[in-house]
Amino acid sequence: MDLHYIGAVDLARMIAAREVSAAEVTDALLSRIDAVEPAVKAFITTTPDEARETAKAVDDRIGAGEQSGPFAGVPIAIKDVLSTRGLRTTCGSKMLENYVPVYDATAVERVRSAGTVMLGKANMDEFAMGSSTENSYFGPTANPWDLDRVPGGSSGGSAAAVAAGEAPWALGSDTGGSIRQPASLCGIVGLKPTYGRVSRYGLVAFASSLDQVGPMARNVADCAALLGLIAGHDPCDSTSIEAGVPDYSKALQGDVKGMRVGVVKELSSEGISPGVLESFKAAVDKLQAAGLECDEVSLPSFSNGLSAYYLIAPAEASSNLARFDGVRYGYRPEGEFADIWEMYDRVRSEGFGKEVKRRIMLGTYALSAGYFDQYYGQAQKVRTLIVQDYGRAWDRFDVLVSPTSPSTAFKLGEKMDDPLTMYLSDICTIPVNLAGIPGMSVPCGLSDGLPVGFQIMGPPLSEEKLLTVAGALEREVGFEPRPPEGPLTGGKGGGA
Amino acid sequence: MAISIEDVEHVAVLARLALSDEEKETYRKQLSDVLEHAKTISETDTSGVLPTGHAVPLVNVFREDEERPSLTADEAYANAPWAEPGGFKVPKII
Repeated sequence: MDLHYIGAVDLARMIAAREVSAAEVTDALLSRIDAVEPAVKAFITTTPDEARETAKAVDDRIGAGEQSGPFAGVPIAIKDVLSTRGLRTTCGSKMLENYVPVYDATAVERVRSAGTVMLGKANMDEFAMGSSTENSYFGPTANPWDLDRVPGGSSGGSAAAVAAGEAPWALGSDTGGSIRQPASLCGIVGLKPTYGRVSRYGLVAFASSLDQVGPMARNVADCAALLGLIAGHDPCDSTSIEAGVPDYSKALQGDVKGMRVGVVKELSSEGISPGVLESFKAAVDKLQAAGLECDEVSLPSFSNGLSAYYLIAPAEASSNLARFDGVRYGYRPEGEFADIWEMYDRVRSEGFGKEVKRRIMLGTYALSAGYFDQYYGQAQKVRTLIVQDYGRAWDRFDVLVSPTSPSTAFKLGEKMDDPLTMYLSDICTIPVNLAGIPGMSVPCGLSDGLPVGFQIMGPPLSEEKLLTVAGALEREVGFEPRPPEGPLTGGKGGGA
Repeated sequence: MAISIEDVEHVAVLARLALSDEEKETYRKQLSDVLEHAKTISETDTSGVLPTGHAVPLVNVFREDEERPSLTADEAYANAPWAEPGGFKVPKII
């Protein structure tokens, strides 16, 4: 059995039972990374030495009969948007190419203290702005299911690493779909928690009212376990919620009979590709057969979701990214400057990529004098309408469902010259962020050999309900997240 | 809604971005496309609707003002592209 395709919960059990050592697991994953990275390019930075040291320390503790964390020795990949003490954190940007954080993000600190072994920092669209990971300064990541296609984004490196067996699970972040859409395109499970469920401390800010850190994994049980590790209040993030953290793993065994499921009409008809719709509808039928009560629901304000998001998120981004001034950290060009204004201009024009500049421009415009009420103000009111539409739906339904992405993975380069078309990739995932509710993507099948994701949404702090439905879906569909092996290793490392 | 090159130039100054003529034209067209798509927003009836700035209702969050460990000066300067002990260095401001 290949260690690199064993899930995190199973690995933790095997290591604790001394069926396999942490060092063996880490070595297996590092070999896998060596074998597939030339094709997949999921990582910006790998940390093999640190990983081997951590794994050895775990084995020493286990050997001495000492207590170790619940996931001692289980490898993990971290999206390069999360600060890691002493390890460069680039955010996929030239601006932060050499930035070495002096502290750990809370989510990183929590997975470290659970005993996990960090394998490296995963690729992403620059500053998490994008839906394909093509906006990374360090080059694009390929989709393990078809190397000519994108893995989705912005957590495309995390998703591809997990799908290709380079890590059993990974941390991502989701501002408008950046966990769920790449999970969908790579055939894995991804969950965007309720806003405030996971601390944002140490997460490089994109749009602060929307950003959330969340888990990505190959199965629902691993996804639930990783959520359990990172969830919970943090005094360092004043927007984190003071609510107890349930045992999410138990939710998988929850009874689904009679659960009410609303199929969102606006997200499962127009603009969704036929192959995706077919797979999605087949999954709804399976849930129905498993005893869930599925019915269609119309949430009319959702048709405005994309437009509201692409005003609100860039507006917040333009403000957040004002901090990159070349003074305290980040890129600064060589040479002399006539004055500080020239320095600011050059730092930002040379340090940011195209998409980041585009969003800064868009956000600055939406916030500028004369346009504020028409764009940003109006978008915030539309946001209220979306929150209200969801609120009414929760009277009738336990969860809402839709496809996660309107299409399967698209070709590299296909949408790069047309931002609006790229933005439409997020149409199904965005309403969840605007309302601050939890959303999850679970694979529900293949369409022309490419994975299709099934999105589950629920009221604030209803992650357990999502996991219950996801567990049922996983059992009914029986999807095995295993891309074709041959192209991944390109003949090296035992590929076909 | 179409925006002009002058609009793009004004916004670039506000955002501290120096753009080439080609970039200005690209962004003029692309921002116009996005704003055109957003037109449905301006046309939506939102009379009596309050704006949502934040999805989770929060009042001010307070904590005790207690002394606790923080970054050392060396750590704070560690990532600066141009610094000496005691300060960040920048080109002349005045």
